[in-house]
Amino acid sequence: MDYARPTELEEALLLLKQKPWTVLAGGTDFYPALGAGPLKQDVLDINGLPELAGITETDDHVVIGARTSWTEIMRHPLPPAFDMLKQAAREVGSIQIQNRGTVAGNLCNASPAADGMPPLLALDARVELRSADEGQRLVRLSEFVLGNRKTALRPGELVTAVHVPRHATAGRSSFVKLGARRYLIISIAMAAARIALEGERIVEAAVAVGSCSAVAQRIEGLEQALIGRYISNISELVVDYPLSELSPIDDVRGSAEYRRLGAREIVERALLQAAFTDAERGVAA
Amino acid sequence: MSGGSISLSFEVNGRPIVVETAPVQRLSALLRDKVGLTGTKVGCDAGDCGACSVLVDGEVVCACLVPASDVAGRRVRTVEGLSNGRLSALQQSFLRHGAAQCGICTPGLLVTASALLDENPAPSEAEVQDALGGVLCRCTGYRKIVQAVMNANRPVAVESGTIAPRAAVGASPIRLDGERKVTGREIFGADERPSDALSVLVVRSPFWHATFEIGDREAFIAAHPGIVGVFTAADIPGENRFGVIPPFADQPALAEGRARFRGEAVALIAGERDAIEALDPASFPIAWTELPYCLTTEEARTPGAKLVHEGRPDNILTQGLVESGVPEAGLARAKAIVEGSMETSYVEHAYIEPEAGYAMVDGDTLVIKACTQAPFMDRDDTAKVLGLPPEKVRIVPLATGGGFGSKLDVSLQPLIGLVALKTGRPAALVYSRGDSMRSTTKRHPARMQARIGADAQGRITGMIFEGDFNTGAYASWGPTVANRVPVHASGPYRTPNYRAVGRAIHTNGPISGAFRGFGVPQATIMQETLYDRLAGKLGMDRLEFRLVNALSDGDRTTCGQELHGVGIRQCLEQLRPHWERALADAESFNKESFKTRRGIGVASCWYGCGNTALPNPSTIRVGISRDGAVVLHQGAVDIGQGSNTVIAQICADASGLPLSAFTLLGGDTGITPDAGKTSASRQTFISGKAAEKAGRALRETILRFANVSDAAEISLEGTVLVIREGQAVRHVSLDNLPADAHGYAFSAEETYDPPTTALDGKGQGKPYAVYGYGAQIVELEVDMRLGTVRLLKITAAHDVGRAINPILAEGQIEGGIAQGIGLALMEEYVPGRTENLHDYLIPTIGDVPPIETILVEVPDPEGPFGAKGLGEHVLIPTAPAILNAIRHASGAEIEKVPATPSRVLAAIQAAGRKP
Ligand SMILES: Cc1cc2nc3c(=O)[nH]c(=O)nc-3n(C[C@H](O)[C@H](O)[C@H](O)COP(=O)(O)OP(=O)(O)OC[C@H]3O[C@@H](n4cnc5c(N)ncnc54)[C@H](O)[C@@H]3O)c2cc1C
Ligand code: FES
Ligand code: FES
Repeated sequence: MDYARPTELEEALLLLKQKPWTVLAGGTDFYPALGAGPLKQDVLDINGLPELAGITETDDHVVIGARTSWTEIMRHPLPPAFDMLKQAAREVGSIQIQNRGTVAGNLCNASPAADGMPPLLALDARVELRSADEGQRLVRLSEFVLGNRKTALRPGELVTAVHVPRHATAGRSSFVKLGARRYLIISIAMAAARIALEGERIVEAAVAVGSCSAVAQRIEGLEQALIGRYISNISELVVDYPLSELSPIDDVRGSAEYRRLGAREIVERALLQAAFTDAERGVAA
Repeated sequence: MSGGSISLSFEVNGRPIVVETAPVQRLSALLRDKVGLTGTKVGCDAGDCGACSVLVDGEVVCACLVPASDVAGRRVRTVEGLSNGRLSALQQSFLRHGAAQCGICTPGLLVTASALLDENPAPSEAEVQDALGGVLCRCTGYRKIVQAVMNANRPVAVESGTIAPRAAVGASPIRLDGERKVTGREIFGADERPSDALSVLVVRSPFWHATFEIGDREAFIAAHPGIVGVFTAADIPGENRFGVIPPFADQPALAEGRARFRGEAVALIAGERDAIEALDPASFPIAWTELPYCLTTEEARTPGAKLVHEGRPDNILTQGLVESGVPEAGLARAKAIVEGSMETSYVEHAYIEPEAGYAMVDGDTLVIKACTQAPFMDRDDTAKVLGLPPEKVRIVPLATGGGFGSKLDVSLQPLIGLVALKTGRPAALVYSRGDSMRSTTKRHPARMQARIGADAQGRITGMIFEGDFNTGAYASWGPTVANRVPVHASGPYRTPNYRAVGRAIHTNGPISGAFRGFGVPQATIMQETLYDRLAGKLGMDRLEFRLVNALSDGDRTTCGQELHGVGIRQCLEQLRPHWERALADAESFNKESFKTRRGIGVASCWYGCGNTALPNPSTIRVGISRDGAVVLHQGAVDIGQGSNTVIAQICADASGLPLSAFTLLGGDTGITPDAGKTSASRQTFISGKAAEKAGRALRETILRFANVSDAAEISLEGTVLVIREGQAVRHVSLDNLPADAHGYAFSAEETYDPPTTALDGKGQGKPYAVYGYGAQIVELEVDMRLGTVRLLKITAAHDVGRAINPILAEGQIEGGIAQGIGLALMEEYVPGRTENLHDYLIPTIGDVPPIETILVEVPDPEGPFGAKGLGEHVLIPTAPAILNAIRHASGAEIEKVPATPSRVLAAIQAAGRKP
């Protein structure tokens, strides 16, 4: 096997052009996936690339570099629309995992249970891809992750950043994770919700659910139903909504039926948390 | 791992170093194997356990997920760097609080907590939990860890200091082996390896049931430089059958042409370390033919089902029965009867240390240094398999990073022993997490039914219990489970008319063996949940109902044994005020809350200490050397539970010598007599009693020598033994005395075997000499919409007879409760599916609520200083108390554990209680 740790993006892209490499970012999915026996893949370590580090803000985007860890997401000051992403970050594995694991790696790994997916879907995120031949392209996240462990990454391409368009950063947001223990837990289901209000009227809504389909889904029908209604209508709207976007399966973490019921409940909770402050909901902090 | 080699410079614990390494080598392997810092532990190689936590530039990471190349030019801090010359405040706090049991998780916890304390010197409980959520501990139940971290920087009121002679029992000295554990100096199975050792790779069956043929070994060896040999069943010189219970021994060290479960060892590949690490296991020439298999007891008992072992008809390994009175008539007389069934899952021991060790030939003796719970059993089984006389095998236990029953059976011992014998070179093996989970024993999954009846006053009139226990492919401890369960299935309650049957059934599933409680925790879930329903039917308070039936002194058990020193009533009475307070709290909470409901549950336990109706001796030797050292041959292996400290405390007080004078030798079969296995909650009672006898005998020998009475006090001043009686003082120069047969100036060796009798055809007799008792209350909240359960508090009252070391006893209780929580709420080993700590869930630091421990001391007439066993008792009440609290909160009647959110929500709906 070969190993390369380029220090310039151009160099990395040229290497990627020559042959397939396994990209190594935080390594928190990479190492556990190694089977018994020696490493067979060629490894391209992107941790030497300064271009991929950090969070920057442009006029129309918040740009999360591909090397940005969950811990950096939590520490970086961002508008309340990102609270759901920060809450998700806090629930990824443990501090050890958050210090190493990257948001981009989470998306590239394309697990149905990736906690980064629902909040970033609800932020209308785009994935920035680069290759030596084709330069840069931006792909909607919903078109980037195609299935369980399947992405739209083309040969020679590297994910260089995740973009959140400014238009999707309005309002408040919240994330609810449903798991069978307190820490270090893969989600049975998780929901992210973002709503923008005028007074008590919902003018914008974004809701996404993970672990209840091969790829996390925006719940667009519900979003449509919410827009124009009042926050006091949230519970009834969620109860009435069929959640046909979801196609949960049975596994060791929970039954399909349970996921359906649970998803509805956590969608409601995420929406209520985004809509009301804790004090308004009468919850002790 | 390769990718060429780089020269890497970085700083470790303030010291700059340069090493050659493959760039993607895991930092954990680099630190352990190349830098020699074995304080950083490896429990999973997958980020799931946190044992490998280190700081890189001050940030905590799992070293098993960090490529070596990433630390170039950076600062790494490991547990070895936490103390500079003297222990840090945090390390001292861990010792004081008893926050380390086996100690395998301790380095990772210390490193992680030190990062927290650097930023936040006085963290809250929630902050400690958030910070330590990524480090698993299977022993302690975390509560003492939380306390140790919160109080690390607070001033210490009293240092425990030296303990006066004859005051060790009942005190809580810092565990004698504690310092090694908090500094990373403790040597566990994987921490020592001779430089010329071969590595061993075990080829295992990927199928539940299959025959296999091994291809051309010579060609395989020739094609793989550095591979030294391939060994199969045909190479085994002795009898290829081992098993913890000799009459049932049935497991081959290497399968003979047919593998009966997934993970069974079929061949060994031995080679140089690099060659084994570079070897692709798929290149091994082996052809498999899959055979039909069964995984559940139902399948295995279907008429015509394929037999897992010829000669064990109906796939029944063995069956235990206890019958007394006339059960049907008793039930017929009842005012109320309840009936139900309960199913439990495979539970994995999930100690943080996978099996590890090495073997080497020393002269004509095969020496095996590995983690273990039972050195003499390892010795005898290994010798038998390898065709050696037992005295030609020497087992030197290395520190054991948790055992809980699974490290009673041999695992790698005969395998590495075979390679060492065949090659003449040391042979080392460290199980991967996956191999550990696939190949070692589990808790028996059980399918149980029971009927229990009571009269109008709430007195039990009869009980009938039946349970099938899935014992997997080989016998292991299946017979013990089948026999222990019927003895205990009544709970510590008077049950005049009783019949209980326990069957151990073979399947092609993982081998079920010993796991804290030998089937009793499962049976207690059945009985105690039915008790709640019965109390409900009778309209009685659930705690009072238990008190009505609690066994008392002079009562007879269902085996007809008359009991003395029975403390269950006292335990329940101690819980009563907590029960009343908790019920009132729940009631007022539930008045206002509908989506979240509070519930309270209670359950009891009793548990016989030691083997069931079988001989079970321990021998302890203690000597005073001619240079003035008091040497305790402490063969009761300390797997974290604290026998090194407890046995020494007992021996110290029995001898009248101060505890601080004692030096310990471990359970090395070459130098220490057999103190039996660390199982069945027997060490404090049986080895403790042997230690008490040995201590007394040593004292008597000295008193006789000095010609003084038992009122005399003995102390040591250098090599002089000082004996005072009243005004008279005698000085005995030890170095002038001749050495006795054991090489000591004075020594004593005593054996204790508890008085038990065999059980007759109806299970009548005296199966155990001592029982321990306990009861626990669980307070929790159920999320009625999600089926999730949040534990609020557990109050545990345990009758330990005499708390030899209260802090260690509390540590056992908290650790047992944590495992009970896992059994009740999350642990479900699905063979072939959850063979890692990612999918197999054990409680984290955030899953164990505050625990209030009440130590009840009803002295046992037989135990040393009145002490009873405790180690297994502690997890028995937790799971049923949780299920009872869930039912109280939500109406949900759980019929299969773990009570995952999915199952709880389904049961809430079945009860028609969804809000
Ligand atoms: C103990 C543990 C707990 C975990 N808990 C959670 C959890 O609660 N929730 C959750 O969602 N995840 C969890 N994970 C999974 C993992 O931590 C996350 O998915 C993480 O965000 C992955 O990021 P990484 O940088 O470590 O990825 P890596 O392991 O470095 O890479 C992951 C995959 O993405 C590819 N890749 C990475 N970066 C790029 C890039 N820039 N361009 C192209 N391909 C790329 C890699 O080749 C690889 O296939 C857990 C993992 C562990 C070990
Ligand atoms: S060994 Fe690294 S987390 Fe378990
Ligand atoms: S003390 Fe924590 S795993 Fe043993």
